[in-house]
Amino acid sequence: MKILLSWLNEFAPFGDDAPFLADALSSLGLEVGTVVQVDVPVPGVVTARVLRVETHPDAAKVRRVWVDAGDGVERHVWCGASNMSAGDLVPLATLGTTMPDGRTISARGILGIESQGMLCSAVELGLGADAGGIMLLDPSGTAGQPLHDALGIRADWVFDVDVTRNRPDALGHYGVARDLAAWLGLELAPLPEPVFGGDPRPLPVSVEDPAGCPRFTVAVVTGVRVAPSPDWMARRLRHVGMRSINNIVDASNLVNLELNQPNHAYDLAAVADGFAVRRARAGESMVTLDGERRGLDPDDLLICDGSGRPVGLAGVIGGLDSEVTSTTTSVALEMAWFEPLGIARTAARHGLRTEASLRFERGVDPQGMPRATAAFARYLSATCPDLVVHGPVTDVSSAALPAPVRTVSVRPSRVQRVLGVPCDRSVLAARLEPIGFAVGAEGADGSVPVSVPSWRPDCGGEIDVVEEVARHLGYGSLGSRRPRSPQHGGLTAVQQRRRRVRDVMVALGASEAMPNPFLAPGELEAAGLGSGSALRLANPLVAEESVVRTSLRPGLLKAVAYNQSHRNDRIALFEVGHAYPQGSGHLPDEYECLAVAIAGAEAPAAVHAWSQVAAVLGTPLQIDQSVPCPGLHAGRSGALARGRQVLGVVGEIDPGVLAAYGIDGRVAWLEVNLTVLLAEEPRPARAQSVSRYPSTDFDLSFLAPDAVASSAIVRAIKSAAGQWCISVALFDVYRDGGAAGRGLAYRIRLQAPDRTLTDAEVAEVRSRCVAAAAKAGAVLRG
Amino acid sequence: MGGAGDGHLRDEIAAAGAAALAALEGAGGTDAIRSALAVQRRSLAALKSRLGGIADVEQRKECGRLLGEAVARLERDADARLAAASESERAAAVAAEAMDLTEHLQPALFGTTHIVTQALDRLVDVFVGLGFVVAEGPEIETDFHNFEALNMPASHPARSEFDTLFLEPVNDLQRRSPVLLRTHTSPVQIRVMQSVAPPIYAVMPGRVFRRDTPDATHMPVFHQIEGLVVDRGITFADLAGTIEAFTKAFFGEDFTSRLRPSYFPFTEPSAEFDVRGRDGAWIELGGCGMVHPDVLRAGGVDPEEFTGFAFGFGIDRMAKERHAVADIREMYTNDLRFLRQFR
Repeated sequence: MKILLSWLNEFAPFGDDAPFLADALSSLGLEVGTVVQVDVPVPGVVTARVLRVETHPDAAKVRRVWVDAGDGVERHVWCGASNMSAGDLVPLATLGTTMPDGRTISARGILGIESQGMLCSAVELGLGADAGGIMLLDPSGTAGQPLHDALGIRADWVFDVDVTRNRPDALGHYGVARDLAAWLGLELAPLPEPVFGGDPRPLPVSVEDPAGCPRFTVAVVTGVRVAPSPDWMARRLRHVGMRSINNIVDASNLVNLELNQPNHAYDLAAVADGFAVRRARAGESMVTLDGERRGLDPDDLLICDGSGRPVGLAGVIGGLDSEVTSTTTSVALEMAWFEPLGIARTAARHGLRTEASLRFERGVDPQGMPRATAAFARYLSATCPDLVVHGPVTDVSSAALPAPVRTVSVRPSRVQRVLGVPCDRSVLAARLEPIGFAVGAEGADGSVPVSVPSWRPDCGGEIDVVEEVARHLGYGSLGSRRPRSPQHGGLTAVQQRRRRVRDVMVALGASEAMPNPFLAPGELEAAGLGSGSALRLANPLVAEESVVRTSLRPGLLKAVAYNQSHRNDRIALFEVGHAYPQGSGHLPDEYECLAVAIAGAEAPAAVHAWSQVAAVLGTPLQIDQSVPCPGLHAGRSGALARGRQVLGVVGEIDPGVLAAYGIDGRVAWLEVNLTVLLAEEPRPARAQSVSRYPSTDFDLSFLAPDAVASSAIVRAIKSAAGQWCISVALFDVYRDGGAAGRGLAYRIRLQAPDRTLTDAEVAEVRSRCVAAAAKAGAVLRG
Repeated sequence: MGGAGDGHLRDEIAAAGAAALAALEGAGGTDAIRSALAVQRRSLAALKSRLGGIADVEQRKECGRLLGEAVARLERDADARLAAASESERAAAVAAEAMDLTEHLQPALFGTTHIVTQALDRLVDVFVGLGFVVAEGPEIETDFHNFEALNMPASHPARSEFDTLFLEPVNDLQRRSPVLLRTHTSPVQIRVMQSVAPPIYAVMPGRVFRRDTPDATHMPVFHQIEGLVVDRGITFADLAGTIEAFTKAFFGEDFTSRLRPSYFPFTEPSAEFDVRGRDGAWIELGGCGMVHPDVLRAGGVDPEEFTGFAFGFGIDRMAKERHAVADIREMYTNDLRFLRQFR
C-alpha cells in the first residue's frame, strides 16, 4: 500500500521528516519498504510566456518558439511539440538545468541556431503521465516564476507500506494517520459527517442474501458534471500508483484509498429502478469492467439493477456498462459491507484480486459509509461546486452486520503477564483510546471492558487487545531478559548418531546431496522400483514433480548422472532424507534413510561403506543375497537384514537402471533405514579383559561354490571354534574360472583367557572348524 | 726360556695390537668392521695362551697387562667405528628411500556435508548451549497440526498465503481430512506440546514445502528452524532476550536484534525480528511472538497457567548468506564442484 505523506498531513501535523516517520510506521508494524521523494522542484525550470511560434522551412518537424521568461528578453527554443500558441504560459527549462532524468539542458541547437532552453512536457518534469505535448499552465499566471511555486506543488514523499492482513484499517490513509498520530502524540482531525441537501431520493434496494451482504447503502448525488480531475487529485492518485480517469471515478478511488471503503458511482439513469443484491444463477454470466465475459458460480454474489441485470460482481469488480459517461449528471454512490469469506471465494474463483476484493476480504469498516459518502462529495465538489447529496441515503442492513461496538473484557493482570510490564486501567486507556478504543471502568473482578472500534475486525479477544497495548507501548520498551531454561540442552541419541553417520560419509569421501523429493511419473520405475506405494501430489507445480518419493534412489542417481555429464570426477554422493511410502494410517509410513552412491566403484565399496556405518552405529546386519533387491545388480546385491527384517540394501545398481539414467560405469549403492537404526542405541559395551596369554593362529583354505556365502562359512567356523575364537578373517579369495566355485582362505585366531592353548587343543578346534565348514558347503583344499 | 723370549712376546703383543687397529681402520662398513674385529680378537687371544710360558712372574704380569690393554684398545676402537659406520649406513639407507611427497596420484577425497546441514548444525548447537532440546516431526502432516491447531481453521484466509502442496488421498482417513507437505516447522510445536508437559524449551529444525516456483531466493523445498518456549511466567521480555542471546551467540557479540510488530495467526503479539551487524544495516531474519492462547490450548496447555513464545526463520538463507551463494537454486543442483567447496 502506497502512502503519501502530504495526504497523511491532512489529518495530523506529521511534518516532513520522512525517514523519521518511516521508522515510526515500522515500529507500529506498518513496515515501510521504500521511501521515495516525489514532486521534487527542478531548479531552473520557470514559467515562460509564448510570444510567437515560427516554423522553419528546413525542419518541418520542429518549431522555433519565442518566449519571455519574465525578464523581458526574447529567447528562442526549438520544440518538437506543436500544442502551444502565442499567449500560452509554459514551463521553460533554462540553460544548465538538470532534468529529473539526469540530462542537462545545453544550448545545442539545430540548423546552426542554438536553443536557449527547453519547453517541457509534464512527464519530463515528473509531474504527470502526459507526454503528448508541452505542459500548458494557467495563462493567468506570471512569467519567470519557479515552476513548482507557480503550480503550488511541494516536494512530497511516498511510503511503500506492507500492511499485514490483520490491519484492514491501515489500507486507508486515514487509518495509517490514526495509528501514527497516536504513536507521536498528535491530534487526529475528525472525519466530517455528510451534509445532505435537496429532497430525499430513496432508491429501492432488495437484498436477497442478507448474510452475504449485511449492509448496502446508496446515496444519490446530483449536480454532477464529468470532467478531468484537478491536478492535485490526479497527482495524488498517480503517486499511489493509480491513473486519473475523470473526476467521478477519481473521487471514488480516492475515497477507497483514504478510508478503506470500496464504493461505486453508477450513472443514476442506469439504476433509476434501484438495486438488487443476489447470488448468481446457475449458468449465468456477465461482462466485467475488464471486458471479460465471466461464467458465474451460484456462490458468487451479484449487484444488479432494478431489472435484475448484473451490474457488478459484488465486492470484486464492476460490470462493463456500469461506468459513468460524459453525459452523466447524477450518480448513485453505492457502498456495502460484504461477508469477507464469500468475497475471498469469489475473488479466488475468478482469479481476480482487486483493490476492492482485497479490502472486503480483510474487512472494511461496517460503519464507515456515511463518512465515506462525505469524503466522496468533498473530492467531487472540487469540480462540481453545485453537487447535492440527497439524504437520508438508502441504507439496508441486516442482523448479520457486525455490531457497531464490540466489547472485550481485558484483565490488566493478563496484559502484565504476557507483556511483562506493569499494567492497569490507566495504561489501557492511554494506549488504546488514541486509536479509537473506549476503555470502561474497572469491574469488581479487576477486568476492564474495552470497546473495539468498528474498523478493527481483527480485535475479537483479550489477546488481540494485548497486542494493541504492546504496539502502542512500543515493542522496544517491553524489556529484554533471557529466560533460564531449567533443563539441560542437548541432542538426543538419535540426533547424535545421525551426525556420526554423516561424519562417516564425509570420511569416506562422499558429499551430501539434497535432491528434490518430488519425482516425475515413471522415475521410480526407471530406477527399478515400483511406484505402487508412492503418494501423488494433488496439486503439483509441474507434472514432472508430482510423485512423492518412496526411495532416495532416483534422486541420487539423477545427481550422479548430472555430475557425470558435467565431467566431475570421483563421484560419491550421499543423502540423509525422508522417504514417504503409503501406509494404512492417516499419515504415510514416512521414514528416514541414508543412501550412498559411489560411481565407478563395485559392490565391495558399498559393503565397505556399510561396515563403517554399522561400526559407528553398533548395529550389525547380515548381508542376505537370497533376498531379491529390485533395481540392483542381481548378482551383486543383497538385503541388509536381521532375520526376516530387511533394513536396507547394499551392492551395485542394475546395469539396465544405469543405462536408463545414462550413467557410465558401475555405481556402488547402499541404502538403509535410519529411523530404525538410529533409534537402536547399543548398550555401553562391557569391558572384556585382554588375555595375557599368547594367541595362536591357523589358516584354513576351502573350495566353496559361489552359492555358499563367505559370511555363512565364517558363521559356521565361529560357532564351531567356540569360546576361544578371537577372530575369523578372510584373507584370500581365489578364482580360477572353474565351475567349482572359488577358493576362500581364512585365518582363525584362538586365545584362552587363562592359559596358553596346547597344540592338541588347537588341532581339535581346527578339525571342528573344518567339519562345520564342510557342513556349510565349503570343502577343505588339499 | 729367558728374557729374550719375554721381550719377543712383548714385541709381538705390541705388533699384534697395532695390526689389529690397522685392520679395523681398513674395514669399511659395519659388516667388515665386525669380521675384522673377530679376526683380531682371535689373534690377540692366541697370544694370551702363550703367557703361561713366561717363567718370570713379574714379566708374565707385565705381558698380561700389555695384552689386556691391546684388547681393550681394540674393543674401544671397534665400538666407535661400528657406531660411526652404522650411523652413516642408516643415513645412507634413509637417503636412498627419499620420496617426493607431492607426487599425489590419487589425492585424498574429501566429502562434505551440505551447507544447509552445516547451518542447521550450527544453529542447533547455539540453541543447545542456551538450554534447548531439539525436536523433530513428520514432513507430511495433517491439516490439524499444520493449520488448525495453529489457529488457522479451514476458513482462515491466511492459509492462502501458504501455497500448500496436498497429497492425493489413498485411504478413508485421508479422504476425510487431506494430508499435506508441511508448510512450516510449526506443527512440531503442537506435537511437542501434546507429548511433553511444560516447561518446554525446544527448537525444531527441518524440511518444509511450498507450492512455489523456484527462483534465485526461493525453493519449493527448503528448511526452517523454529523455537518454542512454554513455561510459567514467560513474557515478551523473555522472547526479546532469547532472540538477543541467539543473535550474539550465532552472529557475534557486536550484533544486536530488534522486534517489530507483525502478524501471524499462531502468535500474538507477533513480531518480525531484525538483526544488525557491523555495517549498521538491519536485516529481517524471521518471525516470532507470544504463543496464541488458542495454540497453547490446541497443544493441551492451559494458557492461564502457562505462557510461551515461539520464533522461526529460514535455514537456507543463513547458508546462502554465510557462503555468499548468488542463487539459492545452486545449492540444490547437487553439483560436486559446488558441494566440495564447503568443508
